[in-house]
Amino acid sequence: MIDNISWLAVYPEIVLLVMACVIMLVDLGVHSPRRTGTYVLTMLTLAVVAVLQGMYASSGNTFYGFGNMVVSDAMGNWLKCFATVAMMVTLVYGRPYAADRGMLRGGEMFTLSMLALLGMSIMISGNNFLVIYLGLELLTLSSYTLVALRRDNATATEAAMKYFVLGAMASGFLLYGLSMLYGATGSLDIGQVFKAVNSGQIRHQVLVFGLVFVVAGLAFKLGVVPFHMWIPDVYQGAPTAVTLMIGGAPKLAAFAITIRLLVDGLLPLAIDWQQMLAVLAIGSLLVGNLAAIAQTNLKRMLAYSTISQMGFVLLGLLSGVIHGNVDAAAVENAYSSAMFYVVSYVLTTLAAFGVILLLAREGFESEEIADLAGLNQRSPLYAGVMAVCLFSMAGIPPLVGFYAKLSVLQALVASGQGLYIGLAVFAVVMSLIGAFYYLRVVKVMYFDAPLTASSVSAPVDVRVVLTLNGALVLVLGLLPGGLMALCADAIVRALST
Amino acid sequence: MGLLSLAIWTPIVFGVLLLAVGRDEHSRAVRWIALIGAVIGLLVTLPLYDGFKLGTAAMQFVEKSTWIERFNVHYHLGVDGLSFWFVPLTAFITVIVVIASWESITERVNQYMGAFLILSGLMIGVFCALDGLLFYVFFEATLIPMYLIIGIWGGPNKIYAAFKFFLYTLLGSLLMLVALIFLYNQSGGSFDIAAWHQLPLSATAQTLLFFAFFAAFAVKVPMWPVHTWLPDVHVEAPTGGSAVLAAIMLKLGAYGFLRFSMPIAPDAAREWAWLMIALSLVAVVYVGLVAMVQKDMKKLVAYSSVAHMGFVTLGFFIFNDLGVSGGLVQMIAHGFVSGAMFLSIGVLYDRVHSREIAAYGGVVNTMPNFTAFALLFAMANCGLPGTAGFVGEWMVILGAVKANFWVGGAAATALIFGAAYTLWMFKRVYLGPVANDHVKELADINSREFLVMSLLAIAVLAMGLYPRPFTDVMDTSVAELLKHVALSKLN
Repeated sequence: MIDNISWLAVYPEIVLLVMACVIMLVDLGVHSPRRTGTYVLTMLTLAVVAVLQGMYASSGNTFYGFGNMVVSDAMGNWLKCFATVAMMVTLVYGRPYAADRGMLRGGEMFTLSMLALLGMSIMISGNNFLVIYLGLELLTLSSYTLVALRRDNATATEAAMKYFVLGAMASGFLLYGLSMLYGATGSLDIGQVFKAVNSGQIRHQVLVFGLVFVVAGLAFKLGVVPFHMWIPDVYQGAPTAVTLMIGGAPKLAAFAITIRLLVDGLLPLAIDWQQMLAVLAIGSLLVGNLAAIAQTNLKRMLAYSTISQMGFVLLGLLSGVIHGNVDAAAVENAYSSAMFYVVSYVLTTLAAFGVILLLAREGFESEEIADLAGLNQRSPLYAGVMAVCLFSMAGIPPLVGFYAKLSVLQALVASGQGLYIGLAVFAVVMSLIGAFYYLRVVKVMYFDAPLTASSVSAPVDVRVVLTLNGALVLVLGLLPGGLMALCADAIVRALST
Repeated sequence: MGLLSLAIWTPIVFGVLLLAVGRDEHSRAVRWIALIGAVIGLLVTLPLYDGFKLGTAAMQFVEKSTWIERFNVHYHLGVDGLSFWFVPLTAFITVIVVIASWESITERVNQYMGAFLILSGLMIGVFCALDGLLFYVFFEATLIPMYLIIGIWGGPNKIYAAFKFFLYTLLGSLLMLVALIFLYNQSGGSFDIAAWHQLPLSATAQTLLFFAFFAAFAVKVPMWPVHTWLPDVHVEAPTGGSAVLAAIMLKLGAYGFLRFSMPIAPDAAREWAWLMIALSLVAVVYVGLVAMVQKDMKKLVAYSSVAHMGFVTLGFFIFNDLGVSGGLVQMIAHGFVSGAMFLSIGVLYDRVHSREIAAYGGVVNTMPNFTAFALLFAMANCGLPGTAGFVGEWMVILGAVKANFWVGGAAATALIFGAAYTLWMFKRVYLGPVANDHVKELADINSREFLVMSLLAIAVLAMGLYPRPFTDVMDTSVAELLKHVALSKLN
């Protein structure tokens, strides 16, 4: 017998699933080349889902459903809400691009992106190894298909193949690690696993053996060094609209499962996984920032920048537990800084790719850095949006990216450990290097002469959303307090149970 | 909304307005709106002087409200005798720059004017911020408009200059950021600068903090040997950019020493004063000599800026009231004088499009009015009594002699070098027979340029003849600062 509260916990997901199927059928009757009917219906659905998730999130209640298989808590609901909004924004930016490239001959893009979003929601809600894994598979399978959606394009197909092979391997890692943990603890339930690990009765080697694979799997999904190889190729090869689908919202889900698995489930092993994250973070900051300098392709450069940004997220995640002592304030401080970082990263990435998508036309991808030359003369507004995003990624105040870096650095320094303070200084030096390649794009947009004098035009929905998105990066930079408090509150609630 | 908030946000609001609605088709309207914004920005700073109470070192016109609750950051503004004069000075220079760029900028006027207005508000914010993070946000945010100003409207090698400016100063400030976070944790979760002043710190912590702040502020001042960005940037920046950079932006660094390094790490400041004095003297003497051999007028004035700023840091780190007040007076005077020098070069550059000293000669024959102004500013630059340049240098030298005769003696040589490079340049550019056809065809300054020059000339003379309003405002705060720095904070 399934009780009402269980249904309540997955209500938004049910809406999403049903509507994904309905939209697939409705789409058969839509004949407009831009799939306007499907698009409007998808947007309405996502808006309803986002509002529902926002309401759940702001009520702040935590409850479990289906025998503790899923959890509905403030952190998860906010992340789901943000992911849904991010998916909406992605579809707004991506639709004209997709239409120009024959990706809207059928309505698959909408259905698949809704299924991907459903996968993310399940990952975020999962309180059980298997549920998390199923959500992850739903997300990644939809993503593989989305990358391959432009089936007449060789690069896209190649990227899809690469993504599939490497992604499947990562899933295998994760599954293998989870099965080790299951074998050791005898449970798939995250709460039970935590109790079992915390009891200290289980052999440490077995747990750490499983942990290594779990961390490797997560590192693949977050895209951090040395599991980052797929990121540049897939970012570059995938149709830009799909790149944004992979690089935006899913990072929120990847963050959520990292918190669920490593913190909710394996916090007693923090000493072990923090070391692993430290190595991954150092590698990501180093490789991401240095490799980005050498790129001429904007998508590839942003891919490497993503790697370095995820390194920063890891820095936030690894500074929670000091010397194995779990101190509530420190833990909250560290994980909420990481959450703030991910959210602001997604916000900024959306706008940056929004500009790239906007500049792309039929037969012209606009993915080289040089393609942005003189954008300021062609369209001061979009150049401004892009510049705001780039300065934000570089961590220059008063933009949201600065506060993200600040809170992570603060968490590191607050730990009081010499090693972590050293990591903070290292991260600071790396962001100086990072500033160089972001500035280079600003330079191309503002200082170079334009290649064409044509002005940039955009459909009204893209224009409005892109302007708002850019403005939000600035406004959250001037008034970051609200989002910070939200993240802190969400983390406190997620960890208090 | 308090007066300081008005002073910060009025220019920013006008700047954003210009960016949002300005178009090159109506650049005339854009210029007028920019001028109105800058003038209103100056007018709102005037009541500050009226309301400023002398004889107290306490912060005045304080505004405080919570900004980021989670990190206990406050929107906390206030001025004391150390920071007061920089608020009207910044607003004044902005008005000057807007008028001076009236004709020389023809493309993307709205972005140019908007960037300067926003920059002006941000720099005033730096001087008013009493919260460490707020200070940092203003301090760093100034990089963005300046980067764009140099890169878009600069000279042939502008891109190199823009990157050098941005990355050089960013490196310093990022280290300061780590220092700020460290202080936040040490003080138990506060970004309040006044609380940091009282915070006991170990000798190691003070030394590390001192050098972290040094990295940020010494680059900005700039002190020898991290001054190398300044000549490159000045040469490439547009006239207005050079003027604002020299007149205000360099002062952000010097001001940082007074607000952060000295009171937060007084023991380290005293321990390392010898190094600061040594670097300042190198700047004064060696960079003064370097200035002498420059062929490019802007480069010459840039090196002369480094030398003059060396006086400022020298004054600060000899720890007596003459020195510190002298340094502050020198900061303000240099604001007027260096601004005027760069704008004079701008007047010539607009006509001949060359900054080479060799491209000129005998300008006095064709531009007598302009040459009169240029002579006044040149005299102020070498520190002639009766001009603004004299007061600060004289005070610093007196203070230095009081502290150590040889330091004072070395500093005093700067007066000779300063006179040498400035007057030599003046002779080569302005005096003598007409050198070439370009100079022959020069037209004297028009009424707009005349207005700019006379405003600056009045400021330079007024400050030189009657510096009391400046020193009166500073005295109490300087005495209080010195009292604070003399006490050990070791725990």
